Amino acid sequence: MTCPDPMLLHALLDDELDAANVAMVEAHLRTCPDCAAEFEQLKHLHQIVADPALRHAVPEGLRDRIDAALPATQHTANPWPARLGWGAGGAIAAGLALTLAIPQQSATSGLEQQMVASHVRSLLADHLVDIPTSDRHVVKPWFNGKIDFSPPTPDLKAAGFPLVGGRLDYIGGRVVPAIVYRRNLHTINVFAWPAGTAPSGETMATDGYTLVHWRQGDLDFWAVSDVAGGDLDQFRTAFVTATR
Amino acid sequence: MIGGFRPRLIGGRDVKPGPELRFRELMLPHLDAAYNLARYLTNDASIAEDVVQEAFLRAFRSFETYRGGPPRAWLFAILRNCWRDRVGEQIKRERVVVSDASLSDAQSEAIAAVPADSDTPEESLARAREVDTVRGVIAALPEPFRETLILREMEDMSYREIASVTGVPIGTVMSRLARAREMLAKLLLPQRTAGQQERQA
Repeated sequence: MTCPDPMLLHALLDDELDAANVAMVEAHLRTCPDCAAEFEQLKHLHQIVADPALRHAVPEGLRDRIDAALPATQHTANPWPARLGWGAGGAIAAGLALTLAIPQQSATSGLEQQMVASHVRSLLADHLVDIPTSDRHVVKPWFNGKIDFSPPTPDLKAAGFPLVGGRLDYIGGRVVPAIVYRRNLHTINVFAWPAGTAPSGETMATDGYTLVHWRQGDLDFWAVSDVAGGDLDQFRTAFVTATR
Repeated sequence: MIGGFRPRLIGGRDVKPGPELRFRELMLPHLDAAYNLARYLTNDASIAEDVVQEAFLRAFRSFETYRGGPPRAWLFAILRNCWRDRVGEQIKRERVVVSDASLSDAQSEAIAAVPADSDTPEESLARAREVDTVRGVIAALPEPFRETLILREMEDMSYREIASVTGVPIGTVMSRLARAREMLAKLLLPQRTAGQQERQA
């Protein structure tokens, strides 16, 4: 008796044979001890390699980093849009459109409007960060030569605000750095520029976004986010402490 | 599965959600599989993380080229391109020297102690060690064979899907898989294989 092409044994194991060939190979296996032993070995190997214990689990934080690096779908707290039906997605989109429309009519100053707009734009467009990295030693030099001052870019992961990356933006008629952090699944944009005349230590809320301002050294900082005001104060404290 | 009230993901009549949401819905569920594949492709935890992250960003940027079909296969194809771009010339060089010689004596010896059957309680106690050993053996396989093996045995992909992910004909998938299993058997089931070789000799 001629043994079939050994490839057919693999194909049988992998469920890739049509019915006629399944019948042919199975009939052969019943009469050929060598091929039967070979097939048993293939099955045995399959059991070993397909063992779920061999799989490598996704490292902690990778899912969040990828989600953070992708353009945001929304600015609400729901961490996994995948759980939403499209109806909910549509409602969120409508909510966003509404939020976007409001800043132009609100009473906040031009600069704050621009920062909120920049924050929202960074979430909507595929442009949260120009340089996605959680390594502060990468973000800081990246700004060199692009702006004429050097903002600190501390990683505040220990305080619950992992660094996501950096971006250049245009606010108040100048190119400014945006340093991007994450708070759970919320985004925090930090803008910085050489100190002007704005009073220090303000917190204000506008259209669901909170802005926190502080001055450190000769730079003015603004953090913009939709996290709770308390969280943003905490962020400011962590940032100031880390860069003092 | 998902509730029946939910609209289909792909279909002309449905209201189209934004690409950010749709991408997450379709692709993020495959993060575990993507990481596992990357981990076995790269044999390095932190490189695997980088490659997976890069792959998801690249996949999002080219999401408009996604034309339906299994999202996992589409994502995997991008992932392995990310990895290949990263290693570039190095991989091409390695491919030329693919042979049994890449299984070192030390690796073979390390494997020789592995029990072939793991059904007894004693052996299941040694399970953790065995997992490391099998992972080590898989890591020792030359790349195209290792990749094909992972896609088939761990990801349960069909030959056709593997062919589309790796960009080779189905015949090549089959021969790579057979070769991978042959090498694996040599390392994991040394006694039996030795016996067969004697018979053949």
